[in-house]
Amino acid sequence: MDFGGHPVLEDITFSAAAGEFVSVVGPNGAGKTTLLKVILGLIRPRRGEVQVFGVPPWKLGKQRARIGYVPQVEEVDPRFPLRVLDVVLMGRYGALGLGRRPGAADRHAAVEALKLVGIAHLAGKPLGELSGGQRQRVFVARALAVKPELLLLDEPTTGIDPAASESFYELLRRIQKTGVTVIMVTHDVGVISRYVDKVACLNRRLVVHGRPEEVMADAALAEMYGCAALFFHHGRAPHMVVRPHSELREGRR
Amino acid sequence: MSFLGYVFMQRALIAGALIGAGAGTVGVYVVLRGFSFIGAGIAHAAFGGVAIAFLVGMDPLLGALVFSLLVAWGIAYTSRRAAIKEEVAVGVLFATSMALGIFLLSFIRGPRVDLLGYLFGNILAVSSRDLVLSFVLAGVVFLAVLFLYKEFLFIVFDPGMAEVAGFPVGLLQGALLSLVALTVVLSLRVVGAVLVAALLVIPAATAYQLVRDFHKMVFLSACIGVLEVIGGLIISFYLDTPSGPTIVLLSASLFGLVLLFRKGTR
Repeated sequence: MDFGGHPVLEDITFSAAAGEFVSVVGPNGAGKTTLLKVILGLIRPRRGEVQVFGVPPWKLGKQRARIGYVPQVEEVDPRFPLRVLDVVLMGRYGALGLGRRPGAADRHAAVEALKLVGIAHLAGKPLGELSGGQRQRVFVARALAVKPELLLLDEPTTGIDPAASESFYELLRRIQKTGVTVIMVTHDVGVISRYVDKVACLNRRLVVHGRPEEVMADAALAEMYGCAALFFHHGRAPHMVVRPHSELREGRR
Repeated sequence: MSFLGYVFMQRALIAGALIGAGAGTVGVYVVLRGFSFIGAGIAHAAFGGVAIAFLVGMDPLLGALVFSLLVAWGIAYTSRRAAIKEEVAVGVLFATSMALGIFLLSFIRGPRVDLLGYLFGNILAVSSRDLVLSFVLAGVVFLAVLFLYKEFLFIVFDPGMAEVAGFPVGLLQGALLSLVALTVVLSLRVVGAVLVAALLVIPAATAYQLVRDFHKMVFLSACIGVLEVIGGLIISFYLDTPSGPTIVLLSASLFGLVLLFRKGTR
């Protein structure tokens, strides 16, 4: 996987089982967004194999609608004159295809998605009048409007205060409970561990791939200088990560 | 005799209504996407096209149409490839095509070409043939916006997501810039190449101050556009001023008033 000669991602072995909540953490420039774009089929890896729902993502075609995607917040202008419901309806555009306008069924799905994220009362509000946390929920609702089986989120809590982040993670947990696989990319290392099933640590290479409580337990042990876990630094913002023993086998799966 | 009694004025007013509605509608996408500078670039390119058409004996508006469409797709292609910055490409093009236009026109002998008219608009210039072309151009613009309404909204609001949803973002971007080109050619006779860009920005910017709903903004911007072009033409008739600057000054005044008196801040 590389752009203009510099590999952005290499040696990635990564899997998420259906219904899992996986978090990919790593510093800026680690290739987190690139990884999501590979999963979405927007970028084809130079080498290796990627499968989403059992097929390479660039061959998904209409099946792409089974993936919901929440891009980084900074990518859109919050002052854009659009009402919340109109933004959520955009989630249905892909399935509608060229030239067709959303109808009653699409509106219904959009309202349902807003209910699921708990902001149905904001449907008629202009996007610009919402808080950062509310706006983020709008984009989650947009991703959910197609009733996806896989939800991808790119740094969803950037610029949101800690309390709102907590309740946002609670929301993702609720979405996961409805049977949706959730893959979230973030640099928020601390909070996520309480909510997710798996943490993958990415900095061009995927470093850790294990259950968070194992990671955290080992880290706690490590602080008392009594553990057998392997520590190392990587990236421009070095941080300690732990490689649980189970991961060595699991990561190759 | 009122202004309505003159045939040239009737033609100018009909063309003006089409221009106002077209520029007002397309302008919403231009303003929200931050395309204002690109609009100016395409307008200047259109002037280069006028000059080339004169030299080869083609209809000047057709020359403008071909040239500005080429430039629109050139910009769309450049911005996708990102070999040079879009802004730089437009900056080079802007001055070059204007220079080319004036350079070429200086070679033309015989009946003087109405240079000022093409630069700043001429209320007398709308022939019945131009009017037919105006209906065709405006028709294409309105049909395209009607058919690709949600697609254009999507690529303007969130192109990344539009790509994920499987829309041909590059082609849609080119199509949107083509509509800018068609609107420029549509407005060339009455408003002129130098000032068309203002018409693509001011009505939409005025509407943006007043509403926070995209659909209402499109409607309002088109209405404001019609009002301003028609109003400007009437003022230009009575004051005997060039139509382009009169329309732009009226539009800018209205925009200033709205800025002053609108409630709250954005």
